[in-house]
Amino acid sequence: MPDDVVRFCFDVDGDDFSSAGAASVEVKKRLRQLGISPEVIRRVAIAMYEGEINMVIHADGGKALVEVTPDEVRMTLEDHGPGIADVELAMQEGYSTARENIRSLGFGAGMGLPNMKKYTDTMHIDTEVGRGTTVVMTVKI
Amino acid sequence: MTATVKLDEISRALGKEPLCGSLDKEVCGCYAGDLLSWVMSHASYGDVWITIMSNINVAAVASLTECACVIMAEGVEPDADTLKAAGEKDITLFSDQRSVYELCCLVGKVLCKNE
Repeated sequence: MPDDVVRFCFDVDGDDFSSAGAASVEVKKRLRQLGISPEVIRRVAIAMYEGEINMVIHADGGKALVEVTPDEVRMTLEDHGPGIADVELAMQEGYSTARENIRSLGFGAGMGLPNMKKYTDTMHIDTEVGRGTTVVMTVKI
Repeated sequence: MTATVKLDEISRALGKEPLCGSLDKEVCGCYAGDLLSWVMSHASYGDVWITIMSNINVAAVASLTECACVIMAEGVEPDADTLKAAGEKDITLFSDQRSVYELCCLVGKVLCKNE
């Protein structure tokens, strides 16, 4: 039932750390307006922020789609970056391919994907080296 | 920690006014850390967040975690972009010479006194 779905779309700028997090902050605000519980909002915001940062660090930006249904919040993060060669390895806490300059900003701790999985109910990664990555995450309401 | 105090008590304990943001906020706890992903997933609403990070992403993380304020420790000062972003998001920001440990103790004392 399309009427039951609220959608927000965001462009995530690549290599722009000054606006990284902007989409997550906006999503948080909109979810609050929809009356979603603080705990759900917190989980969505963390997952979304990590995804957003990943797109900035690794993929020169991308697009984020957030859909809110009566049952769940679904986040689709799509980029046309380098893709993930070994997803299992990338999912390990502490594993990171971020450059030193990124680490000095407080990122690249190898917590991004693990945090996204930890704070969502489902997470699916569709990736191909040289083509890009799409991550779909849901959080039950 | 379960005590709740107003942010102006933290300001008094520090002996200074914030660089930006209001003092009319509730403080419920304290968190110290510099890895932003870690802070994102561990800091809570109302925390005093103590860090040596000063870049603009601190403002985003502070906003998302809804922490009561950020104290940049060890003499770290925010760069101009961070200060601007923090001001826009009404994030209360302090800069202090004391170490992370000393600041944790100081905030802890304020919170414990009110328990």
